Amino acid sequence: MDVRAQISMVFHLDKCIGCHTCSIACKNIWTDRKGAEYMWWNNVETKPGTGYPTKWENQSIYNGGWVKNGNDIGLRGAGKLKGLLNIFHNPNLPVIDDYYEPFTYKYLDLIESPDMDDQPTARPISLITGKPINIKMGPNWDDDMSGTPDYARNDPNMEGLSAAEQEAMFQLEKLAFFYLPRICNHCLNPACVASCPSGAIYKRGEDGVVLINQKVCRAWRMCVTACPYKKSYYNWSTGKSEKCILCYPRIEAGYAPACMHSCVGRIRYLGVLLYDADLINDTASSENEDLINRQLDIILDPFDPKVISAAKANGVADSTITAAQNSPVYKFVKEWGLALPLHPEFRTLPMLFYVPPLLPVMAKLTTVDNTDQSKKMDDRAKYWPDNWLYDTSTEELFSTIEQARMPLKYMANLFSAGDESKIVNVMKKLMAIRMHRRRATVGDISDEKADNMLEQSGYNALTADDIYYLTSLAKFDDRFVIPASHREQAIEMLEFTGDVKGSVGFGFIEKPARGI
Amino acid sequence: MVNLDVLLFTAFPYFALFICIVGSIYRYKFLSFKYSSLSSEFLEQRKLFWGTIPFHIGIVLIFLGHLFIFIFPKETLAFNSVPIRLIIIEVGAFILGLSALVGLIGLFIRRLTNPRISIVTSKMDIFVEVVLLAQIVLGVWIAYDYRWGSSWFASVLSPYLVSLLTFSPEITAVSQLPLVIKLHIIGAFLIVLLIPFSRLVHFIVAPFSYIWRPYQKVVWYRSKNRVRNPEESWGVTRPKNN
Ligand code: SF4
Ligand code: SF4
Repeated sequence: MDVRAQISMVFHLDKCIGCHTCSIACKNIWTDRKGAEYMWWNNVETKPGTGYPTKWENQSIYNGGWVKNGNDIGLRGAGKLKGLLNIFHNPNLPVIDDYYEPFTYKYLDLIESPDMDDQPTARPISLITGKPINIKMGPNWDDDMSGTPDYARNDPNMEGLSAAEQEAMFQLEKLAFFYLPRICNHCLNPACVASCPSGAIYKRGEDGVVLINQKVCRAWRMCVTACPYKKSYYNWSTGKSEKCILCYPRIEAGYAPACMHSCVGRIRYLGVLLYDADLINDTASSENEDLINRQLDIILDPFDPKVISAAKANGVADSTITAAQNSPVYKFVKEWGLALPLHPEFRTLPMLFYVPPLLPVMAKLTTVDNTDQSKKMDDRAKYWPDNWLYDTSTEELFSTIEQARMPLKYMANLFSAGDESKIVNVMKKLMAIRMHRRRATVGDISDEKADNMLEQSGYNALTADDIYYLTSLAKFDDRFVIPASHREQAIEMLEFTGDVKGSVGFGFIEKPARGI
Repeated sequence: MVNLDVLLFTAFPYFALFICIVGSIYRYKFLSFKYSSLSSEFLEQRKLFWGTIPFHIGIVLIFLGHLFIFIFPKETLAFNSVPIRLIIIEVGAFILGLSALVGLIGLFIRRLTNPRISIVTSKMDIFVEVVLLAQIVLGVWIAYDYRWGSSWFASVLSPYLVSLLTFSPEITAVSQLPLVIKLHIIGAFLIVLLIPFSRLVHFIVAPFSYIWRPYQKVVWYRSKNRVRNPEESWGVTRPKNN
């Protein structure tokens, strides 16, 4: 058992309001620079939708991630052979137009324009060439555009949905959507690391953050192809690739990353998981159906004395082990079984987990006879001869889940490699907690029914209250349990303090050795 | 004339090699952020294919060919003693030279005409491309006009290069060569000289180590093996930290 610590995350999608505060926080700190304007280390997409870069999930276009070959795995579009053969020209590289051409407006024209008959305008200009452009795409171009033919209908996760099901998703009256905030998953089996010919990308042993060494990157561009989440970006100006750094300078000091700290919906949780690094390759090579279960299996119980002693033997700090025991991520992912990884079938073992959204699922559509109702309408009134009702009643246990507006198959394509039963399982749990709390606050649900639901989802009232607390009320310190690197030792991450011991003055470091 | 030859075929090569080695090491150690192939594929992908692939295939194989003959002149001569082999080598090399030429012209046009690429083009890029273009044109010209280059390279230039490297420069044979070939030799050392000052450095850091390294890479700040030993108060070991 090779126990390592990983800073990992849970995003609770029911709570995301799609405000993009997270993206802006990140942009302001890290990517507001030449060559990085188009990068959104944190982005929020509308689902169904094509996402950013366009159709990133479609690996037949971008060839990202791992594929299973027999008992092992290989990189789909990169790797030792393909990567080196494609080094001069990488056919799988997404280009700037797959993201969007960054632009600004000539605001100065508004102020400095000479007197004219017409009002001055601020023309859009490209941030690459500085020339005027016709904006064809921009950040969040398809925000809230679910149902439109260009975006939602081209969502790669529609695979396996019948034509009728797809049509049903896009009828104006029935359509539903939700937001999917994405950052780098700081994977356990990162495809970006494996694909880098120069070996510039690495995973930090202490906290699992995946970083690109800017001094070693040589612009071979393979990580951009290999990351199935398209979270490694090429800086066209510096000729170096860049990616989310999980705000490691903040994490080391015990602060939450900027996107998480600023999250308005408070959807984000961050904490430590302990895992067994010996099992990474086996787990990533397992059958599609087993992927999620096995990924959860390599996450270890931080209370198990065997795990604790193995962790200590491996040099995991006591503060990190304590953080792992209080980790909100461990609770959501392992104890409560509420959070699932995004696209586990890419086999990178992502360490960002999502609680799938229940809201677009909750209400069901029931067929009713509206003829009597429509007769009551005035002749001139505009009405639709609908025969369905947007039904939010909670009479039937779990019935709404199967008739969800957002087909379960769609959710399953996103969060469970197509396995609907996993989604149903999580939905039932989420629903049961809601019913349990409704009994407590509104009181229109009988004890019998609420308890029955809890029982079916495998919870008791206490756990349900805990989940409710961490979901709805959790304070900052409950959502982010971060072991700071010890401040007294932090300097030693950078230099060995013994080097300056006994030396004199400031500004230079020289060993106090005798002269020759 | 003799003095000029000494300057061009003795002094200049040593100067170029010295600057190349010292400059590349300096840049690697102190300006490593500036070591990059500076790929522009992200801004323009389609035309790049038709330039970079023929160019790189041509230039890499031609370079390896020169290198091989330089290191193994006797073997080359022996191999070339069968005419059909010589002809195959010559024709192959000529085609590769043309491929590099066509590719480079394509790349040059792309660099000058695409507005996005112009933004990421420096003066040095243009200069390097001009020098390379001249060098390839000269090379193709030599291959056409002074054929059986693989043989005379082995008998004339290999000894010259060896004499340079053994610090006993012997330039009589070289100074007899036609002007085109002389220019080609000077061009070669000019390119060597340009390496540390241009994007040509990417060729020094071609990522061969990828072939044998394991796929995953984990880096620790603290070394698991070097934990402070309390019994040795002055031991130079890194303390264990988070
Ligand atoms: S999400 Fe992509 S960039 Fe991030 S660690 Fe995984 S493979 Fe690498
Ligand atoms: S800040 Fe939070 S709520 Fe707002 S879009 Fe980002 S993740 Fe969603």
